[in-house]
Amino acid sequence: MHNLKHPAAIDRRTFLRLTAGAGAGVALAACGGGGSAPVPGGAEQEGAAVASGGEYSGPAVELAFWNGFTGADGPVMGDLVEQFNSEHDNIAVAQNTQQWADFYASVPTAVTSGNGPDVAIMHIDQLATNAARNVIIPLDPIAEGLGMEAANFPEEVWNGGIYNDQRFGLPLDIHPLGFYYNKDLMEQAGLDPDSPPQDMDSYMAALEAFKGEDIRGMWVSPFLFTGGLSFEALVWQFGGQLFSEDGMTATFNEQPGVDALTWMRSLVEDGHSPANVDQDADHIAFQNGENAFHWNGIWQAAAYRDTDGLNWGVAPLPQIGSQKAAWAGSHNFVITSQADENQQQAAGTFISWIIDHSLDWAAAGQVPANQEVREDPEFEELEVQSTLAEQLDYVQFPPSIPGIGGVIDPVMVQGYQVAILGRKEPQKALDDAANQANQLLEENRSQYGGG
Amino acid sequence: MSTQPEQLAEPGTLRQQHQREPAPVAAAPGRRLEALTPYLFLAPYLLLFTVFVLVPAIYGFWISLHSWDFLLPAKPFVGFQNYTSLFTEGSLTGFNFWQSMRATWTFVAYSVPLLLVIPLLVALVLNRSFPGRTVFRAIYFAPYVLGVAVIGILFRFLLDTNIGLLNSFLGALGIDRIAWLSEIPWVWVSLVGATVWWTLGFNAIIYLAGLQDIGRDQYEAAEVDGANAWNKFWHITIPGLRPVLVLVTTITILASANMFGQSLLISQGAPGNATRTAIMYIAEEGLGSFRMGNAAAMSYLLMLFLIATSLAVFAFFRRWED
Repeated sequence: MHNLKHPAAIDRRTFLRLTAGAGAGVALAACGGGGSAPVPGGAEQEGAAVASGGEYSGPAVELAFWNGFTGADGPVMGDLVEQFNSEHDNIAVAQNTQQWADFYASVPTAVTSGNGPDVAIMHIDQLATNAARNVIIPLDPIAEGLGMEAANFPEEVWNGGIYNDQRFGLPLDIHPLGFYYNKDLMEQAGLDPDSPPQDMDSYMAALEAFKGEDIRGMWVSPFLFTGGLSFEALVWQFGGQLFSEDGMTATFNEQPGVDALTWMRSLVEDGHSPANVDQDADHIAFQNGENAFHWNGIWQAAAYRDTDGLNWGVAPLPQIGSQKAAWAGSHNFVITSQADENQQQAAGTFISWIIDHSLDWAAAGQVPANQEVREDPEFEELEVQSTLAEQLDYVQFPPSIPGIGGVIDPVMVQGYQVAILGRKEPQKALDDAANQANQLLEENRSQYGGG
Repeated sequence: MSTQPEQLAEPGTLRQQHQREPAPVAAAPGRRLEALTPYLFLAPYLLLFTVFVLVPAIYGFWISLHSWDFLLPAKPFVGFQNYTSLFTEGSLTGFNFWQSMRATWTFVAYSVPLLLVIPLLVALVLNRSFPGRTVFRAIYFAPYVLGVAVIGILFRFLLDTNIGLLNSFLGALGIDRIAWLSEIPWVWVSLVGATVWWTLGFNAIIYLAGLQDIGRDQYEAAEVDGANAWNKFWHITIPGLRPVLVLVTTITILASANMFGQSLLISQGAPGNATRTAIMYIAEEGLGSFRMGNAAAMSYLLMLFLIATSLAVFAFFRRWED
């Protein structure tokens, strides 16, 4: 279901890269622009891990490593895995990549039968669900043994890996929403293409300037990608939360949610956005030079870089509400319940090695979760990544509640959608959705035993 | 039962059988084997049917009586609660399910008549002899070989409200943009139109086979009697197609009622959940939210509706025959 929604669209180039096979990996890493030089900070950390006794030294083990990196990021991860294997005689990691939607459907059953992954990547909002369903195991002892601690990571992402007071995920990267802008259209509208608006007043002034030039300034998508993500970011900007702290009730229909939705709807009503924007049309229109301002994930930067004739830039999301906030997702390492004692230890070594070497991963288009990697001068040179990393102080993730995915997408986003399409008033649309969400949250609680 | 007495476990049973009907077993083993032949031929299919349809169906019913997540150790028995909740006022699952059933039957009501009539017209034309007939037969059938994913992406780009080809053409003709993918009723026009274009070739081929079974002599006889084209169509073609019509009607209703891919890929259920079909919601509930008990109960209800509909179709055609 998400394969179309998740905008990891495979263009021809990506396809060629993928079909080029793992053997071409070295060249690919170079393509990414980040270089494949060893990370100095990483090497030091690895040493520390050995000293603290975290490094796996048992008999030879094999690790099945599954993920959903079907885009240009897949070969980069494959490259890292290969490098890891060559440096570790007693651990052999085999990577298996599939579409995320298939991945989340197949991993639980595969793990139950023992034919699944031992170590895998999951999104931060999937951790609670998979923890409650016993697909993945707590990682606290492994994280401690490896000396991984809160200080190395932004607080939000570190705490996002915790469910029921136990850690289930170790963060690899953070992929925030960003504000992409078309420099040519800005010039046409008499705006300075080197200083994209960062607050409400200048943002609205820019949209008015576009309107004067008959340009639709910001296309508002009624779907999760990317309108729903923008809505979440704005709820936080207006000082709200999507759900109550204890995960018992929906709060996206409170005033901040209504303010956020009203603002987004007003963009449609005032002609800054066309009505009835279809799935991905906002993104395609940005590539075609018809959409001036576009909020989308960091993962789309590669697509814009590959678009001929598109003169674009990227900035942190502008502050529309009362405070700064941005939506972000995060890829987390998990260890599954099928891994035995040795495999768990070996997986820990693998995870910590990859997290330390995530500068190459950053070059593939992500913000590394590891602070030391982000402080590396080479990361600063990755313009898009380091620009969007400025948001790390205030990014927020979807909450860690089992079954939350089934509440956000079908229910909350439907409420958002009917308001953007003009079928219901924002308050009414969100109230109706919150009613449904509360019923689902209660059903989830009884299904997962209170969470 | 008594044909293979040596397999019966208890000697007592065997004796009783012999006492009751002693003669045939001993006298005519060949005729007995003959009687078994049809069942032997049916056995392979029956085995597959049992393993892949019958047992899962019964197991599915068992699941529908529980609050079932296959990964959770506790699967509490809830009796018929998964069913009754679908009929309870204010129940979210019930609301969503009936909304999705409404979407399903809306699609059936719009698509089935078109999928019965248009392929028939196409088949009538393609049944005439004209140069290039084979090429046209291939052209009309061609879309059917495409997968639903191809159809979905194709129509999404054709029908996009703001950047789609169709609205761009309409714009050149001075017609305002139409929200093909996110406004009622246009989204139904899109889904039905895409489906008709995609699958009409299949029905047309079946009609064509049926048409070729109707003897030329009947038409010639009618012509001698002075029948015009309409008389021939109504009194020879349609009755001659009756068995084919039963088949086409039934499979088209079932296929339309099971519509899933088009809604998922073309409209994503938008606007709101107005085009989320029953199968789509069942998949969401069972495979997305892991409430398989609920999902199984809904599947059974949908199945009952489909059985009832199929029976109604058969009854209609039987009455017509009389």
